[in-house]
Amino acid sequence: MEKSAKFTGVTKPDEVTRPRKKIIRYLSAYLFSLPYLVLLLAFGVGPAIYALIISFTSYKEGQPQYFAAGLSNYSKAVSDFRFGSAIGNIAQFLIISIPVGIFGVIIIALLLHARQGWYTDFLRTLYFVPGAVAGPTAILLAIFMFDPRLSPFAPLLKAFGYQTISDVAKLQNLPVMITLIGFFSGAGGWIAIFYGALQGVSKELLEAALIDGCSALQLAIRIKLPMIYRYVVFMLILTFAGNIQLFAEPLILNDISSGNTIAGPTYSPNMLSYFLAFNEGNFGTAAVISLLMVLVGLLGAFIIIYGTKFYDTDATAAS
Amino acid sequence: MRTISGTGFGSWWKQQQLHRRRSGLSLGGTVIRFVLLLIIALFFGLPLLWLVLAPTKNEDQLYNLGSISFGSWGRIGEAWDHLLGFNNAAILSWITNSIFYTLSSVILSVIIVVPVGYVLATMRFPGRGLILTLTLITMIVPASALVLPLFLELSLVGLVDTPWAVILPAAFFPFGVYLAFIYYASSLPTDLLSAAKVDGCNEWQLFQQIALPLAVPLLGLLAFLSFNANWNNFFLPFVMLNQDTMYNLPVGLATLAANTPALHPAFAQTDSPMIKGDLALVGLIMSIPVALVFIFAQRFIVSGSLAGSVKE
Repeated sequence: MEKSAKFTGVTKPDEVTRPRKKIIRYLSAYLFSLPYLVLLLAFGVGPAIYALIISFTSYKEGQPQYFAAGLSNYSKAVSDFRFGSAIGNIAQFLIISIPVGIFGVIIIALLLHARQGWYTDFLRTLYFVPGAVAGPTAILLAIFMFDPRLSPFAPLLKAFGYQTISDVAKLQNLPVMITLIGFFSGAGGWIAIFYGALQGVSKELLEAALIDGCSALQLAIRIKLPMIYRYVVFMLILTFAGNIQLFAEPLILNDISSGNTIAGPTYSPNMLSYFLAFNEGNFGTAAVISLLMVLVGLLGAFIIIYGTKFYDTDATAAS
Repeated sequence: MRTISGTGFGSWWKQQQLHRRRSGLSLGGTVIRFVLLLIIALFFGLPLLWLVLAPTKNEDQLYNLGSISFGSWGRIGEAWDHLLGFNNAAILSWITNSIFYTLSSVILSVIIVVPVGYVLATMRFPGRGLILTLTLITMIVPASALVLPLFLELSLVGLVDTPWAVILPAAFFPFGVYLAFIYYASSLPTDLLSAAKVDGCNEWQLFQQIALPLAVPLLGLLAFLSFNANWNNFFLPFVMLNQDTMYNLPVGLATLAANTPALHPAFAQTDSPMIKGDLALVGLIMSIPVALVFIFAQRFIVSGSLAGSVKE
């Protein structure tokens, strides 16, 4: 903008009106942003601040007594016997789902990109389309796919010694089951994004490496992988921040797995928070857990913004 | 005849070898790659195929006909009748609700996001840095982390159990603001803006006559991402809506599944005729529009329209 201001500032009359023009420019910038700012305050900043207030609030017969609770909601959350197991469960899920997700997507994208042929476009689309089967549909479909009496994967399930759905749907299998559900509907989008990024790797560079005797595997690991490193970081952070919010999968699995409530109502921190709020009326402790989730998300945000210089906002902004 | 097909195959084989060498793959590598891609294709493809076929089969056929097999066309009509029979055809409200909530959120979010992205990219004004930072933070902290406090906030103002409790929070789309910002920052020619300003265009005219017409690919990407997120939204409507006539399809499907005796023996005493194939039909109704949008939108994503958002 500086440039254009100087440009219009060549003639005297413009110079005189500059401060007024500046105010009009600011005003129009705020007018353009106003609807978004309202939403940002109402649904981004507002709930976070409100959660903070509620975390110090006690409820008597459903009526909030603001700041009456002191730190008791925090101590209640930490000492709740379900809190530790919810954290343990989510940790176990993250340890399995994140590496499977990241490495799976990288390997598939590199495999697809290793050689372009008539079937690679078709396969990429095939991997991508299950993204349309998301949320409850994917979970419902998974229940059928894990049932050795219904599933097209029955031979595989039976090879593991599973005969019925109740053999499969067990607490200790949950992290793997939910990981597979997530990979089924989530991986295709990332594969397409990584593949798009791989298309950007210079053809000359790849050809030069081939002439130097690089194998396809070396090409993938030494040249292509470093080129899409930023996308991997991007996926890592978003996957972490998303997976830690686990809610719908265990909840719906509870309802539909042949009557075994395999996960229980407080399997993940989000579920515990929901249960505390709506089944026990304990909004204060529920807010503490919500805040904890927000904090973990914030940590991820700051790692991206300051640690990896991933979003160099002012370098990309026109000035 | 034999010699012709022989040379045909021979030249095809030679060409394949040439392609293979150009990609740096050994013959063994080619085979391993093909087998792996095929196994992955089964992982993604078989469940899809099963889902498409399931509504054609009754409970007995699902178990005994083989998992990848076709039942009958008539069964689909029966499945639809079962669905209509649930809570006075609640499914019809769920479908209209899903369309209404999703379209409202998509239209609102795109209308709101594009002007902000534009001013963030083209103007310097006090508070710009703060808006950008808050946008990046709210983009990464998933919305579901804030659903509970959001519920309490909206119940204070009496919006819980109204469509607005779902539509308005979903219209808040910080990732869209970020994409619009990057798009304008990297693709809007600043000379053009300066020239238009010299010609006496005001800020609104600049936006309306220059920035907006340039944004067509951006609008497509924003609408796609917003549509996909909102069509499948579960947690927000699950918490915000109590009456089952107000549910969207995802919450409706979860309700149906929980009331299906075949899946949940605790409800076995209810006389609901709902069977697995009926649920699969709801799943298909939810998935097919998205699948069509996906196949169309894949071009955008692979062509690197997103590349701008994550470039160095």
